[in-house]
Amino acid sequence: MTANLPDPMIPTPFVVQKVKRETSDTYTLDLTRAEGAANFAFAPGQFNMLYAFGAGEAPISISGDPARPETLVHTVRDVGNVTRAICRLKRGGVLGVRGPFGVPWPVDRVAGQDVLIIAGGLGLAPLRPALYHLLNHRGEFGNIEVIYGARTPKDLLYLRELERWRGRFDLRVHVTVDQAEGDWHSNVGVVTKIIGRTRFDPPSTVALICGPGVMMRFTVLELLNRGLKPEQVYVSMERNMKCGIGLCGHCQWGPFFVCKDGPVFRYDRIKAWFDRREV
Amino acid sequence: MDTMAPILAAHPFCKGLDSRYLKLILECASRETFTPGQLLCQDNQEARKFYVIHHGRVAVEIYRARRGAVTIQTIGEGEVLGWLWFDQPYHWHLDARALDLTRVISLEVQCLLDRCAQDHGFGYEIMRRYAHRLAVQFRATKAQLADFYGD
Repeated sequence: MTANLPDPMIPTPFVVQKVKRETSDTYTLDLTRAEGAANFAFAPGQFNMLYAFGAGEAPISISGDPARPETLVHTVRDVGNVTRAICRLKRGGVLGVRGPFGVPWPVDRVAGQDVLIIAGGLGLAPLRPALYHLLNHRGEFGNIEVIYGARTPKDLLYLRELERWRGRFDLRVHVTVDQAEGDWHSNVGVVTKIIGRTRFDPPSTVALICGPGVMMRFTVLELLNRGLKPEQVYVSMERNMKCGIGLCGHCQWGPFFVCKDGPVFRYDRIKAWFDRREV
Repeated sequence: MDTMAPILAAHPFCKGLDSRYLKLILECASRETFTPGQLLCQDNQEARKFYVIHHGRVAVEIYRARRGAVTIQTIGEGEVLGWLWFDQPYHWHLDARALDLTRVISLEVQCLLDRCAQDHGFGYEIMRRYAHRLAVQFRATKAQLADFYGD
């Protein structure tokens, strides 16, 4: 007997309900299903293939609240033809969605732990659902520290939300940039320098990291220096995902398919491949 | 002077230092407070002091003609300001401005250099800590230059 599951290769039409410009080249889109009112359930850290009709598909992390599955939220940076077409969509525009795909952040397995969320640049987008989950279940976790770095204050995502999070008593948020002018009052310096200011108990801590490769490499090293073990560190890898289900091989990374075995990996499992330049 | 001793002893720059050496540092130390916006040092000025920050935050700035002051780093509690005092020409190469009410223990550079020259064991300890801080700063600068958050 064959289960009546939707074909993972066929996109479902979604309608753009809201577009918010985050930075000069990055937009957040709120989407709902074009037909029917069914929710879009996903786990924090998963991604969708977004299909801009006539332009192509791009893998984009889901950046909304998993407890609010009626709206699908994606934050997209305009870096190529497909993402440009997605970013140019207006309210009422339609795009195709395949997913959700991939291995999520282990947020449902780290109760009782201190949690470090470390994001660089656009890397905050795939981590935001994890933070929503932690805050939705706040009592289950120890200290939660968020470190977020960007090039300049103008490159920061979710500014109003960052301000709201900073106002909470049960969460510490550290925002840092590489360079600042004018009335910037927060930190200037790389995220690795901020790790020393955070409060966590190394044996009972898990770190979730997402950002450009160089940022993740230095961050992992700093965390290991500060007493975390490789199995306590999770990273989200970015590769050129195409099919989303481990068939086409576009996103092969050593023995892994990032779309199916990732994008979230426990560091000890990928350590041998993490620094290899040729893969 | 007495109230500075526990602050210095607990500060990462001095932590674990032999009490004899801590005493030598205290001979060169004084307390200072800077209000938000106040400069701790300015580019090209003679570097007479080395600051051990124990409260508040400081923006390290470089002045650029068209853009004005650009903050390239912020430092805070547990950190130190002033790396070039060990090297000639003993001038500041940057501006540093208090972001918050900032309390520091300032150390007279000439006084420290004299004691380092008189007691090489002390000089080695200071140089070891100084080298560690430089290495930390070097790694952070390297990461910053690598365009950490670029694609």
